[in-house]
Amino acid sequence: MTTLTTNYLTPTGREEAWRFTPLKRLGGMHDGSAVVADRHSLSFVGTKAQGVSFELKPASDAPVLSESDDAIVGRIREAGKDVAVLTISANTEVADPIILGRSQGSLESAEFSRVQINVQNHARATIIVENTGDTHLAEDIEISVAAGASLTLVSLQEWSSKTVHAARLHTVVDRDATFKSVVVTIGGSLVRMLPTVEFAGPGASCELFGVYFATSGQFFEHRMFVDHKVANAKSRVNYKGALAGDQAHTVWIGDVFIRAAAEGTDTYELNRNLLLSDGARADSVPNLEIETGEIVGAGHASTTGRFDDEQLFYLMSRGINLADARRLVVRGFFNEIISEIGQDDIQTRLMDRIDDELAKAGA
Amino acid sequence: MSTLEIRGLKVSVDTENGAVEILKGVDLTIKSGETHAIMGPNGSGKSTLAYSIAGHPKYNITGGTVTLDGADVLEMTVDERAKAGLFLAMQYPVEVPGVSVSNFLRTAVTALRGEAPKLRTWVGEVKDAMEALNMDPSFAQRNVNEGFSGGEKKRHEIMQLELLKPKIAILDETDSGLDVDALRIVSEGVNRAKASENIGVLLITHYTRILRYIKPDFVHVFANGKIVEEGGPELADKLEANGYAEYVSA
Repeated sequence: MTTLTTNYLTPTGREEAWRFTPLKRLGGMHDGSAVVADRHSLSFVGTKAQGVSFELKPASDAPVLSESDDAIVGRIREAGKDVAVLTISANTEVADPIILGRSQGSLESAEFSRVQINVQNHARATIIVENTGDTHLAEDIEISVAAGASLTLVSLQEWSSKTVHAARLHTVVDRDATFKSVVVTIGGSLVRMLPTVEFAGPGASCELFGVYFATSGQFFEHRMFVDHKVANAKSRVNYKGALAGDQAHTVWIGDVFIRAAAEGTDTYELNRNLLLSDGARADSVPNLEIETGEIVGAGHASTTGRFDDEQLFYLMSRGINLADARRLVVRGFFNEIISEIGQDDIQTRLMDRIDDELAKAGA
Repeated sequence: MSTLEIRGLKVSVDTENGAVEILKGVDLTIKSGETHAIMGPNGSGKSTLAYSIAGHPKYNITGGTVTLDGADVLEMTVDERAKAGLFLAMQYPVEVPGVSVSNFLRTAVTALRGEAPKLRTWVGEVKDAMEALNMDPSFAQRNVNEGFSGGEKKRHEIMQLELLKPKIAILDETDSGLDVDALRIVSEGVNRAKASENIGVLLITHYTRILRYIKPDFVHVFANGKIVEEGGPELADKLEANGYAEYVSA
């Protein structure tokens, strides 16, 4: 029994990793009080291309790819449910995006879900995960991008208003592999994402993009960690957030660790926040820990600001009214990231949702 | 026929040391088809006049009136002023990240015309306006003013003037930072807009060289927050020869 271990790990809110998260709103997923559901809500949408498989495997057949000291991840693993495994076979290039989705959730119980995505050697794919509806979900997603492979992962949190979602999205990027992710969080009551990357071989690279838009009462946390443990890997992080309405709260933590062995590392991380009204709070904390000086570059930037009056004046001086001018500025702000998805229908859908949220917030 | 009438306009800005009066009673009337040059030394308040008419929130109107065909401009929001027929070509056009020129222009023209332009004619309209100003077609896909050179920013302003077709256009130091070729192209754009739409133009400048391309009907010398001398084009020649010294020391 590992009960004692997990009890010991139950966060109190004083820990660095939990100091921003409103623990009371986690539905007991962190302290063992949640009712664990039987459901497996992750489904494969459409038909599987050749070289693509998706199946539920017993936990014993899907050993973990990485350690985690996160309390919720610990409880998911302890629950020992079957693991949803998506595999893209070696040398397979999947032309169309692979769509996974969660829509059949419940607020009565919490789903503890392990997911593994294996992109084997020299395979290429785009995977889109669409999360909608209301649910309580604790998620442990592990991704392996094997040598020479390339994966674009789009993770869309388009939840309804009551969802509580805590997820670790951990990717191991091997030699000469590339990983790009676009994480979008625009729905839910509380969303806590841990997008983490570890480089397992030289020549690996990742681009981590994200946008979040929190309105009244929503709490969205994105706690990044990029582990440069090998030489000559490159990472870029660019997350943008907007907040509107009372008690809207976002947290962005950007931890980058350049270990002694990681010579030739090239890393830059950026977080920008746009406060659209009073009463909202954006926390933004970039952290860079460097154990070797033999690197190409390492930097970070974080800004939090309000609407630029000069931009609004310029647009309005061309006849555009205040509401439309604000909408243009917000769309423009997010466009840089949203356009990285590369799927017009999804981009339009997300921009429309952002317009709706903006209109509802009256910002 | 339109008339922009400025009477006794006083404007102040807030500073750390309290309100400072910049415009000290400006009287000026601009009618359709007329070109007025306002010339003056740096810091005389020329740009304040331009931005106050356009409604920039930084400037506090403390006295006087501005009307366009009798309608009270000072009561209007910034976008209402544009809809009423005012246009300001800015000295330092603002970057709007993530918003393409194409999207920006379509949004503006939709607001001003009250309906979205027909796609087919609109594409042609934009293409013609860009070609006339020697702009590369890729320009439409770039973000508004982001990474534009000084010359590109000014061409973009004049392209808007030609597309948005205002009644009265205020050009704030449109000549600054332009080389001779760009100055000529931009000036031709202004002259085209004048000729086709009978626009009234208020041309604000520090130097006389743009007046070789855009002929003023009236020249006003601006110093210390007000107009200190007025005349015809010959006044510009006098300024060219003597500079602003006599107005500044006065």
